[in-house]
Amino acid sequence: MKTFPIGGVHPSDNKKWSNTKAIEVMDLPDVVNVPLGQHIGAPATAKVAKGDKVLTGQLIAEASSFMSANIHSPVSGTVTAVDMQVNGQGLRQMMITIKREGDEWLPSIDRTPQLVRECTLDSAAIIAKIKDAGVVGMGGATFPTHVKLSVPPGCKAEYLIINGVECEPYLTSDHRTMLERGDELLVGVEILKRAVGVDKAVIGVENNKPDAIEHLRRLIAEKGYGVTVEPLKVQYPQGGEKQLIAAVTGRQVPPPPGLPIHVGAVVCNVSTVVAVYEAVQKNKPLIERVVTVTGKHVQSPRNLLARMGTPISKLLEKAGGLPEGDVKVINGGPMMGRAMVNLDSPVTKGCSGITVLDGDEARRGVESPCIKCAKCVAACPMGLEPYLVSKVSRRKMWDRAEQERVTDCIECGCCQYSCPANIPLLDYIRQGKQTVMGIIRARAAAAKK
Amino acid sequence: MANKFFVAPSPHVHSAQSTRSIMRDVLIAMLPALAVSTWVYGLDVLKVSAVAVVSCVVIEYLIQKFLFRGECTVSNLSAAVTGLLLAFNLPSSIPWWIVVIGSLVAIGVAKMTFGGLGRNPFNPALVGRVFLLIAYPVQMTSFPAPVVEGYADALSGATPLAAIKAGVPVEDVDLLSMFSGTIPGSLGEIAAAALIVGGIYLLWRRVITWHIPVAVLGTMAVFAFFVALADGGGARLYQLPAFHVLAGGALLGAIFMATDYVTSPMTHKGMIIYGIGIGAVTMIIRLWGAYPEGMSFAILLMNAVTPLINKYVKPVRFGLATDKK
Repeated sequence: MKTFPIGGVHPSDNKKWSNTKAIEVMDLPDVVNVPLGQHIGAPATAKVAKGDKVLTGQLIAEASSFMSANIHSPVSGTVTAVDMQVNGQGLRQMMITIKREGDEWLPSIDRTPQLVRECTLDSAAIIAKIKDAGVVGMGGATFPTHVKLSVPPGCKAEYLIINGVECEPYLTSDHRTMLERGDELLVGVEILKRAVGVDKAVIGVENNKPDAIEHLRRLIAEKGYGVTVEPLKVQYPQGGEKQLIAAVTGRQVPPPPGLPIHVGAVVCNVSTVVAVYEAVQKNKPLIERVVTVTGKHVQSPRNLLARMGTPISKLLEKAGGLPEGDVKVINGGPMMGRAMVNLDSPVTKGCSGITVLDGDEARRGVESPCIKCAKCVAACPMGLEPYLVSKVSRRKMWDRAEQERVTDCIECGCCQYSCPANIPLLDYIRQGKQTVMGIIRARAAAAKK
Repeated sequence: MANKFFVAPSPHVHSAQSTRSIMRDVLIAMLPALAVSTWVYGLDVLKVSAVAVVSCVVIEYLIQKFLFRGECTVSNLSAAVTGLLLAFNLPSSIPWWIVVIGSLVAIGVAKMTFGGLGRNPFNPALVGRVFLLIAYPVQMTSFPAPVVEGYADALSGATPLAAIKAGVPVEDVDLLSMFSGTIPGSLGEIAAAALIVGGIYLLWRRVITWHIPVAVLGTMAVFAFFVALADGGGARLYQLPAFHVLAGGALLGAIFMATDYVTSPMTHKGMIIYGIGIGAVTMIIRLWGAYPEGMSFAILLMNAVTPLINKYVKPVRFGLATDKK
């Protein structure tokens, strides 16, 4: 069975809490806060003002550049504010607040459950529809999908790889999507094949989800979809774009500024593909997504189909509330997710789950001296030496950090996870990476002049 | 809301391994060899081991408390590991005060002068042993005969390596007793089978990887094979490699001493180079040196090369490997 070539760790997956729970539709919130920046790139520009009436699915903020994404109203009602509000990490961010009045959808959206398989649009038309619908990568990175699908001149796509790995512990939203929305997913794959012009499409799924592998394979055999399912050996961070490409094709994406397309690959997450299906076949913009609410001490973990902008506290309430005592609430999974301070912050396009860890699970161990055990070196999927990169970053030796390839780091957390001395390796590496990337940008800007 | 929130950057979970759990695993892995040695040599083994462990822990504690005036970290068990490893390198008949001096050199000189755990360039237990070997050569090289019933004194009280050095042909050495441990030698090095069991435990617990032990022992075996080949071949082609892998400190060194994290390289490639170096230097000393055994010297020598290996041997970087397709 295939997997990626270098490094990796095996954290316990903890998916049993929610992987048998069918997707439930979350109650509509009374008020939504919709951030203008829910994607990588420039935040969208608000197209509504206080007092405007909006319908569900109506465009409320427009992509401000190529590397940006449209945002649509997740409910119908009245815009009550367009201003700065505190997000989940405690930072202020521009958001549109809408008070919900009923749930009246834009008439152009097809809300029937019928599967529409036929698609005769050409590549440009498909990509335009995806851009209009504001689809971004829903695995967490929130890269605008239309940018990813626009193959730059001189490159040729050979593989369409669908990311159904979901290697992040606890999360099950992609797993449930594969099981419950298999047909839509597979039609979405066919649409994407048209969009990027490839023959080969592979869905990569880790073999801790045998039911999803079997279900998709059965649908493919029954209905003749042009895609194969590749079971992958369980290993974190297989869902990382570069790791998944290497696992499926054996090709390694070169270091930045290398892109997946340089090895002929385009990668999309399964939930994103379902969003693509809805955008192209049903005219439905990306206004809702499946969010796993989970944790050992959460009373009833579940997978909720929630509208964007729904307060995360409402989702936690639905799952039985927070456990007693001190907790860590994570937007995302425990390896790469972000710890939250404000639970009234909204569900966004990249929010695949809310993981609740209790005090003992969440507390960091006390740091002790590095014993040079080399576990971080063995764990690093990018072939870096985390102990060294971290040490030089800590000492602000930026030249050396650049030389030791700090910018290759994908921030997967394998090094810090495996460090027996509890050294916060990634904290310093992240700082080093950001600083060095700034230095590189400044150098490039200076060279232009 | 009544809850208090923890906030920190990712990752938010951690593997179960800690410095302490790793040190505890190393101690557990040494128990089979300790048990066999006690069976072979009697209670002296436990006495020497206890003196070494206690003196190492106490010396580290005193230095941290009164010289560093800092935090005491003996609870991470690293001093206990050093103590037991030092004991493993001593004859069971050694006087207790020599053991204490060895501990003082191991912890005081080789470990704490460099700043303590993680900073020492040389393996502390081996520095202690080599110091004692030079300072007290008589006590360090007179090994008691095994007290096990049925022990046939074919080697007349000498270790197998010393016997070979003195001219006993390798065909006369009983490989089976070297495997089980009923031979003269340092108290922790004699029981080949028990050391291998400990090594398997360490591999299973993911404390060590296979790279260093396999490189050390493989190099020694290959080296011995070619020496036997040059010598005329025959049955010696397999007897000599087997003898050298089982004899002296080969297994103890390859599994427990060379794999010491602090003093060994950081990459798998580097570990293999380091292991080959240890194996080759050991064989050169054994065959052509003044001492019958060269494991300690070989490991210390390669410890000195480790920073150089770390500087020049880098891991395979993702995306820079030669394209396969």
